[in-house]
Amino acid sequence: MLDIKSIRADFPILTQHVNGKPLVYFDNGATAQKPQVVIDAIAKYYEEINANIHRGVHHLSQVATDVYEESRLKIQKHLNARHSYEVLFTSGTTFGINLVANGFGQILKPGDEIIVSHLEHHSNIVPWQFAAERSGATLKVIPMNEKGELMMDEYVKLLSPNTKIVAVNHISNALGTINPIEFIIEKAHEVGAAVLIDGAQATPHLKPDVQALDCDFYVFSGHKICGPTGTGILYGKEKWLNQLPPYQGGGEMIKEVTFEKTTYACLPHKFEAGTPNIAGGIVLGVAVDYLNAIGFDNIEAYEQELLDYATKRLQEFDGIEFYGTSEHKASVISFNFTGIHPYDVGAIIDKLGVAVRTGHHCAQPIMNYFNIPGTIRASFAFYNTKEEIDIFIEALKKAKTMLS
Amino acid sequence: MTIKEIQEEIVDEFAMFDDWMERYEYIIDLGKNLPLIDEAYKTEDNIIKGCQSKVWVHADKIDDKIVFTADSDAILTKGIIAILIRVFSNQKTEDILNADMSFIDEIGLKEHLSPTRANGLVSMIKKIKMYALALQTK
Repeated sequence: MLDIKSIRADFPILTQHVNGKPLVYFDNGATAQKPQVVIDAIAKYYEEINANIHRGVHHLSQVATDVYEESRLKIQKHLNARHSYEVLFTSGTTFGINLVANGFGQILKPGDEIIVSHLEHHSNIVPWQFAAERSGATLKVIPMNEKGELMMDEYVKLLSPNTKIVAVNHISNALGTINPIEFIIEKAHEVGAAVLIDGAQATPHLKPDVQALDCDFYVFSGHKICGPTGTGILYGKEKWLNQLPPYQGGGEMIKEVTFEKTTYACLPHKFEAGTPNIAGGIVLGVAVDYLNAIGFDNIEAYEQELLDYATKRLQEFDGIEFYGTSEHKASVISFNFTGIHPYDVGAIIDKLGVAVRTGHHCAQPIMNYFNIPGTIRASFAFYNTKEEIDIFIEALKKAKTMLS
Repeated sequence: MTIKEIQEEIVDEFAMFDDWMERYEYIIDLGKNLPLIDEAYKTEDNIIKGCQSKVWVHADKIDDKIVFTADSDAILTKGIIAILIRVFSNQKTEDILNADMSFIDEIGLKEHLSPTRANGLVSMIKKIKMYALALQTK
């Protein structure tokens, strides 16, 4: 059981008033709020530790390097990665996917195939389109059904020895569907393809075990798991990280530089050119510690309760359409009121202090599938409450009355 | 009436409202009453693309004045564009181009000027001024 009252006290922003009403923050899928320990750790870094890492012989540089590398170890442990050098610091999910897709763009050949799914965020589509254009490979798409679930029988048919990489999300950002990634990974491996899992929407809700999953890459963003913006992780299996070319050139990523030829540093430095977001990387470790102290089993169970309660309350409305009705769902609800534009609803409930996301959620193929301009998306975190859901429902009632 | 006079009239109307809800209800009404744009003008060219709602704007030159018609799939957006049309339609190009838009702030719609409301006022005003400019020489 979670002590929600004491958890909420950890998040200073939650006491805010918006438009004169207490803030109800249901846009956690976009970014999570930060607990005080995370906020304090950012200040502490600059007050006590700040120095460039991996190069100075002086005291502060060594301290900063140690703390930064400790954070990598924490995240390695969190993901159950085999080696710490398989855990790369990035600026976020988008960067991680681009790094991998760019690498594949250089090693794929015409005739090779890349598979993504209909449920992807644009950032797990566009980098692969670049890779396909650059290499002459073909992009294939796993279709979805009307419940917002990927069709596994169709997926299996797409696989062939030409498949080189499969890139899918763990949880859909627009609909909340939890995808059967164990099956996807297993089947891809049967034809020798690598698998990248976009964990941006999964990591706030669960703790992935990359060895048990056996995925080749797992990417996520720090800011969605209570960490700072501009942070993220790319986990990659050692054999793949060795095989892929570096993404950015610069300091730190080299072994030896001459004007004739440069050799690259070993992992993880090969992919970490330049001065990284040192404060961000360190504080991401603090955020991971914070979440683990609460416990992902507790988080999952509580969020499921919120999802069930919100779903039940929303079902009280006439003329509501839900998008994404899989039985396997994270705490995300996407819906519309018949004949009412989601933007209008979002703008009105904002005036009542309720923050949700409206629009296409950077997943236009999903909106096209349902033939809608967008949805209203409420996404819950472990610091949300049923009382907030009640406020949300009242706000929706008011919006619906005004707009009908 | 000049653009300035119309703006003042709108500011006076909005001053009667006590809170945001009355303002929004009024905007929604304006949206519902906006004369429909000719379906033929709901083309890709006439669309102001944004993140959230679609807006179509069409312009004609009648004598020396520019006449605007518009539509949107979101009702609040439609209400806002109704306000803009009231301000800009049947005006001369140079007056449209030189119009000061600070009345938006005065009627409490400042948040719609934010770049996150990608389909908000900024891009609509830009499109209206662009049309005025394009039709000037015709």
